[in-house]
Amino acid sequence: MRRLIIAAKGRSRVPYLWVTIVAAFVSLISLVPLGFIAWISVQTGWETASKLIFRGRVGELLINTALLELCTLPITIALSVALAWLTERTDLPGARLWSMLAVAPLAVPAFVHSYAWISLVPGLHGLTGGVLVSVLAYFPFLYLPVAAQLRRLDPAIEDAAASLGLNAWQVFFRAVLPQLRLAICGGSLLVGLHLLAEYGLYVMIRFDTFSTAIVDQFQSAFNGPAANMLAGVLVSCCLLLLVIEAVARGGERYARVGSGAARPADRRRLGRMLIPALALNVLTAALAIGVPFVTLTRWLYIGGSEIWRIDLVGGAFAQTVVLAIAGGVLATIAAAPMAWLSVRAPGRLQRVLEACHYYVGSLPGVVVALALVTITVRLVLPLYQTFATLFLAYIMLFLPRAMVGLRTSIAQAPVELERAAMALGRTPFQAVRQTTMRLAAPGIAASTALVALGITNELTATLMLSPTGVETLATKFWSLTSEIDYVAAAPYAVMMVLLSLPLTFLLYVQSRRATGQ
Amino acid sequence: MTFLTLDAISKSYGPTVALDAIGMSIASGGRTAIVGPSGSGKTTLLRIIAGFETPDSGSLVLDGKTLAGKGVLVPAHRRGIGIVSQDGALFPHLTVADNIGFGLPKNAPGRSQRIAELMEMVELDGVMATRRPHQLSGGQQQRVALARALALKPRLMLLDEPFSALDTGLRDTLRRAVARVLRAAGTTAILVTHDQAEALSFADQVAVLRQGRLVQFGSPRALYGKPKDRETATFLGEAILLDASIASGRAQCALGSLVVEAGIKAGKATVMLRPEQIRLKTALAGTKIEGPFGRVDDVEFGGGNCMVLVRIDRSDRAMPDFLSIKCVGADIPEPGDLVGISVHGTVHVLPE
Repeated sequence: MRRLIIAAKGRSRVPYLWVTIVAAFVSLISLVPLGFIAWISVQTGWETASKLIFRGRVGELLINTALLELCTLPITIALSVALAWLTERTDLPGARLWSMLAVAPLAVPAFVHSYAWISLVPGLHGLTGGVLVSVLAYFPFLYLPVAAQLRRLDPAIEDAAASLGLNAWQVFFRAVLPQLRLAICGGSLLVGLHLLAEYGLYVMIRFDTFSTAIVDQFQSAFNGPAANMLAGVLVSCCLLLLVIEAVARGGERYARVGSGAARPADRRRLGRMLIPALALNVLTAALAIGVPFVTLTRWLYIGGSEIWRIDLVGGAFAQTVVLAIAGGVLATIAAAPMAWLSVRAPGRLQRVLEACHYYVGSLPGVVVALALVTITVRLVLPLYQTFATLFLAYIMLFLPRAMVGLRTSIAQAPVELERAAMALGRTPFQAVRQTTMRLAAPGIAASTALVALGITNELTATLMLSPTGVETLATKFWSLTSEIDYVAAAPYAVMMVLLSLPLTFLLYVQSRRATGQ
Repeated sequence: MTFLTLDAISKSYGPTVALDAIGMSIASGGRTAIVGPSGSGKTTLLRIIAGFETPDSGSLVLDGKTLAGKGVLVPAHRRGIGIVSQDGALFPHLTVADNIGFGLPKNAPGRSQRIAELMEMVELDGVMATRRPHQLSGGQQQRVALARALALKPRLMLLDEPFSALDTGLRDTLRRAVARVLRAAGTTAILVTHDQAEALSFADQVAVLRQGRLVQFGSPRALYGKPKDRETATFLGEAILLDASIASGRAQCALGSLVVEAGIKAGKATVMLRPEQIRLKTALAGTKIEGPFGRVDDVEFGGGNCMVLVRIDRSDRAMPDFLSIKCVGADIPEPGDLVGISVHGTVHVLPE
């Protein structure tokens, strides 16, 4: 009997070991950009490095970045919380429609937002323009978690606060807002990282950030130490944001205490506030959805049928779809071992490996691309500007997206099924493949789709890494707008939006379903 | 002295009538329980008193001041009514001390002293002050919720099924503790519950609600002994309901001729006995039994309390009657035993 148990244990240990090795390998790869920054700093030497870092240009970029974050984040938070409150907890007419419109800007890539604004207001530039377009392009990242959290809140807590003598405003600020802290922190981090990583938006709006400066350097002097050092500072900014978010989030628990299901919340009557509330929703939708829609329609109308050249637009479309799907599948495969491990065998080692999988996604595309360019050029030149390198970059950039969907769906597949399959004579790998992975199929599909959406709208890494001749919708759009051919660029923008729409809708539906609505 | 008056309070959600002209008056310092099955409207009534819902019609007067009705509606935060809900509804982002002090002004003198007092009052250890709600047990959470509501010295305390999420043993302890604290503070309290035993033991006035109507209102003793109808009788405890014909102060039924309350009209009626009114006596073989008797059909052993199923054959009917009778003590009859049945006290005749 004892021997049997040991034998059974030994058998089930095998996949854990192998899967851990594979996950560790993926983690090692994901550490490459950080390793590259460290390696290049050491190689450059302190003297050169400090000369490159402590100079006026870097100071300017730092101030720009800080100003961008400090202006954009508070506005985005205020706007998202206000919209989420109005659509979720008041009797705002058409609340469903407004909440859909608050998610819809996600379907428009950030650089298409700025393209639309530049077309409408050619003089828009600098910090003001950057903040305006950033808020409009990124506020859904905050709206989604805040609205979901608002739906989950137990209204009994608000009742308790009211019975303790607080008026409606006090209830909101003292009982509701503190409970939104996790959602606000998480969403703000996402927006903050996007502000650091975004390239296209700020080039078009003529606002210099680290990302634009690095690409400039790269284009003029290839991968010189100047670009690499800027990348080092940019990575430090990202890490700083991660730390700030971890501190702000704190170790508190915000889940509902107590058992049973919460009563669905009542919607507050807006009364006299109805007109301002509607105005805020209409204005946001007009600026974030209306402006891209109007300008794109206008360019399409001006361009007529001539701009729809099937050889160009169709070619870019086909290449984008192939790249996106292949990248999505590869990233999902790369994430699968870690996702499975983190559900089936959580432990200290697994947590470290998992952190590696997640951190790499918070790095800007420009840093990952720069690291891969430098490494391929210096160490394995044949791989430079090949699909292999491009896909490697995609895997790194979108590893967290692939993890999220995989993890939750694997967690929903009971481990007992794997055991039952093994008891019925399947090998461990067969068992996992035939039970858990089969049950997790919807999550796998969702992960692949999320990564594919990311690749469709990815610009920076694709620009820097793609093999000659490869032109995606994003890069083609970019080269056309760089030549100020806004009319010819319009079809590419429209194709990107159309490709993103179904997924954006899926995201919206999922966020509602997660809270049972 | 009437402290809280509810007058013809009605509330509908679309076609569903949640409350239908509820009226009752509650004395100052008293403890009232509103009891009823789920969906009877008891929580809606409590939420109307608290100010979280608006009644469609009717009025609500607390201590001479109209809170709702007659064109007046005082919002919840100006009513000075404390509430403890089913699972406490503690603020998850605040410590125990901050939860209790939530309603007190931030820099009121003696704030922390008051918090300590309140914690002592609800028998919470001082070391709990810095804990978070999720680190407490269910019973402790409810004590915090009670202290938080007591902090503002409310004139009226509403308890919305505050014990229902707890284990049986803890539930009784906490119920006694809450009753003690409220009595000490002199606070009028209203408890909403679906647990009749809890209602009967906690309150000095019980209101029975069913399908939005107030069925009966009175002292626990009166309600238990003299329910108005079948549903109330069985809802408040185990009841034996028998068809009887009443004549000259006695009821003729399966258990023979029983004494009824005074002033009952003659005729057909339903009488109600509580199981504790019935005693079984095992008859020794060969002796003659006086009065009604039956044969033990089955015994369900339950430790201290056993259920004995007694079969009573009657000459005037083809089908025998079966009675489930609770027996306490050591001499539990065996199946097959012949038992004499005696009834203590008067039986209650249900009004038609």
